[in-house]
Amino acid sequence: MVETKYPTEALKCWNKAKELREKYYEDYAKAHEKGGIRWAGGAWSFDAIPAGLGEDVYSLTGEPYGASVAFNDKFAQECHEATEAKGYARDLCSYMRNYWGSAILNKYAFPQFSDEFPKPDFMWQDHICCSHAKWYQVASDLEGGIPLFSIDVSVGPYEQLTDHKINYVVKQMHDGIKWLEEVTGRDYDDELLIKAVYNEFRTCHYWSAICTLNKTIPAPLDEKSMYSLYVLGTLKKSAQWTADFYEKELYPDIQDRVKRGIAAVGNEQCRVMTDTQPPWAFLRVFRYLEQYGCVSIGSLYTFGLIGLWEDQEDGTWGPRSIPNIELTNRDEALRALAEWNLSKPEWQHFYHPKLKSDMMIRIAREWKLNGVLLHFNRGCEGLSLGIAENRLAIQKAGFPVMPFEGNMGDEREFDLPRTMKRIDTFMESLGVEKFKI
Amino acid sequence: MITAGIDCGSKNTKIVIFKDDNIVSTASVLSGFDQEEAATEVLSKALENAGLERGEIKNIVATGAGMDAISFADDKVTTITANAAGAHFLFPSVRTVIDIGAEEGRVLRVDENGKVKDFGINEKCAAGAGAFIEAMARALEVDIATMGELSLKSTKQIPMNAQCTIFAESEVVSLIHQKTLKEDIIRAVHDAIADRNTSMVRQIGIEQDVALIGGVANNIGFIDSMNRNFGFDLLVPKELIAPEYVSALGAAIIAKEKMGG
Repeated sequence: MVETKYPTEALKCWNKAKELREKYYEDYAKAHEKGGIRWAGGAWSFDAIPAGLGEDVYSLTGEPYGASVAFNDKFAQECHEATEAKGYARDLCSYMRNYWGSAILNKYAFPQFSDEFPKPDFMWQDHICCSHAKWYQVASDLEGGIPLFSIDVSVGPYEQLTDHKINYVVKQMHDGIKWLEEVTGRDYDDELLIKAVYNEFRTCHYWSAICTLNKTIPAPLDEKSMYSLYVLGTLKKSAQWTADFYEKELYPDIQDRVKRGIAAVGNEQCRVMTDTQPPWAFLRVFRYLEQYGCVSIGSLYTFGLIGLWEDQEDGTWGPRSIPNIELTNRDEALRALAEWNLSKPEWQHFYHPKLKSDMMIRIAREWKLNGVLLHFNRGCEGLSLGIAENRLAIQKAGFPVMPFEGNMGDEREFDLPRTMKRIDTFMESLGVEKFKI
Repeated sequence: MITAGIDCGSKNTKIVIFKDDNIVSTASVLSGFDQEEAATEVLSKALENAGLERGEIKNIVATGAGMDAISFADDKVTTITANAAGAHFLFPSVRTVIDIGAEEGRVLRVDENGKVKDFGINEKCAAGAGAFIEAMARALEVDIATMGELSLKSTKQIPMNAQCTIFAESEVVSLIHQKTLKEDIIRAVHDAIADRNTSMVRQIGIEQDVALIGGVANNIGFIDSMNRNFGFDLLVPKELIAPEYVSALGAAIIAKEKMGG
C-alpha cells in the first residue's frame, strides 16, 4: 500500500447511492407493470408538481439519462448516428441527441430493466435553456405524440425577482396541474404536493451543505465521486428518498470524514474546480489529475445544478436555509416552489456571464483553489454560454485557468491524450509535480 | 556542465547541446515512425558536430509531442514550458511567445523570469500550423522554401474565408482557376494563418515584446503577415539559433537548472 499524506477511505454510503440510482431507472421502466404513471422531462422541471398525482408516479429526467448514455460510449455513438441519420444536426445538445437516439432506436440505456425505450405517459418540462422545450417537442413527435406541458421560467435573475414575475410562473403551474388531471384522468392531491415541496427544500439545502464541507483541506470529496452523488438530486429532487439520503446518510458521512481528516485524494497538494458537464466517457481525466495530487473540489455546475446557496452570517457562501414556513394549500406550495427554484445558481447565468463569474470567483476564493479547468463544452450551449468571458474574469481575479474543448455526450469531440498533455502543461505552470509511483 | 534538450516534434526531432550558457551544437532529423530512433540519431549527430562523447552530457530533457517515447531522456517538460525557457534565454524582454510548428500553434505569456503565466494551444485543426502551408504549397506546385519570398512580391490582399485546411485548399484551387497570381495566393495563405494565430494570442492577451518561434518562423512572408497584424515587428531568433530549435534550447536550459546549474 502506498503511503499518502492524508488518510483515504471509501464513502460509507457509496453503494446506497448506486442502488438508489439503479432503482430509479428500474422503477421508471416497470411503472406500468404496477399500474403507475411514467413521465419524462428535464432535471430542472418542477418535479414536485407531478408528485401530486400519486405515489406511483415515476419520472425519467433527460439530462442524467443523456449522461448515462454518454458514459456508455458505444451506445452513445449509436444514438448519435441514429439522430444524424434522421437529419438532426451534430452540433445540437448532445444529451438531447442521446435521448432522441434512444427513442429512435427504441433502446433503453438500462437493458437489464427493459428491452425497449419506455415511453412516458406525458412530458413535463420547463424552459430556461434554449434546447429544453424543443427537446421534448421533438421527443413527443418521435414517440408518437406524447402530451407535453412546458413552463417558461425565464423571468430574469433572482436578484431582480418581483411578485409579478413569480405570479407569471405560478399561474403556469396552476394551469399545469389542470392539464395533468386531464391527461392522466387522476385527481390531484395537494397534500402530496406539499410533502414533495418540503422534500425538495431538504434535497437542495443538504446538497449545498455537503458541497460546503469541501472547503476543508484536505477535501473530503472529489468531483468524480460527486457526480455519482449529485445525480440523485437531478433524478428526483422532490422525492423523500433523495432528501433522506442527503440529510441522513451522505451529510453525516462527509461531516465524519472532515472530523477525521479523511481525504478524497490522499496526496492533495493542488485544488481546482471545473465547469459545466464533464466529458462523461472520459472521467479518467480526474484520475489523471490525482497523479499530481490535484483534487477537483467540484464546480458551480456540481454545486449549483441542484444545490441552492445564500450568504451566511459570516459572509461566506453556504446552503440556502430551508424556508421556515407552513404550507397549507396548493397556491402557497406552488409559490414557495417557484421562488425557491428561481434562486437556482445555474439559472442565473442564462441572463449574463457576470452572474456566473461572480459565483465562480467566490468558489475559487472560499474553496481555496490553485486554478480552474474550464470545459468549453460543445455539447451544451446553455451552460457554455459566456464561458470565454468567465475565463477572463477568473484570470483577472488572480486564478490561473486551463480551458479545454470537448463534449459532455459526444466522445467524437474529445481528445483524451491532448487533454492530458494540456493538464501536464497547466500543472507545470502551477509548479505542481507529478508523484512518481 | 553540458546538458541537452531534445524536442521530438510531429515532423522533426531537434536537439540543442548546451555548455556553460552557450549553444555548442544543434541537429535535426525527421521524426518518422520511431521517435526513439530519431532521438538517438539526432543525439549522435549533435555529439559528432560538437566533438563530444555521450558520457559528457550530464542531463537530457525531452520535450515535444513525442517526448514520452525517448526512454534515454533523464526528464521531460511540456513544450509550453520549454518554449518559455528558450524564448526567455534568447530575448529576456519577451512577455508573449508564439510557437508555430508543423502540427500545432501555441501561444504563451511569460513573466520577467520566463515563467508561464497563461497559454493557448490550437490542437484541433492544422489550419493555423505549418502543415497548412505544406498543403497549400502542394496545391500551388511551388517549393515551400520559396513561398516566403514569393509572397513578399504581392501587393494585393485577398481574404481567405475557409477555416479549415481542406476547404482552404478548395479556395486556393478556385483562385488558381481565376488566374490569380501565385504570389497573391501565397500571401493570402500566410495572412490566413497569421489571422488564426493572432486571434489565439488575443485570447491570452498581448504584452510586448512578442517572439515568434517554431519552424514556420523561417518563412519571411509569414513573418511579414504577422508583423502587419500586430502593427510592430515580432522578435524572431536568427543569430544564435534558428527558430525551430527554441523548444529544444529551453529543454536544455531546464536540464541544466535541474542539475542545480
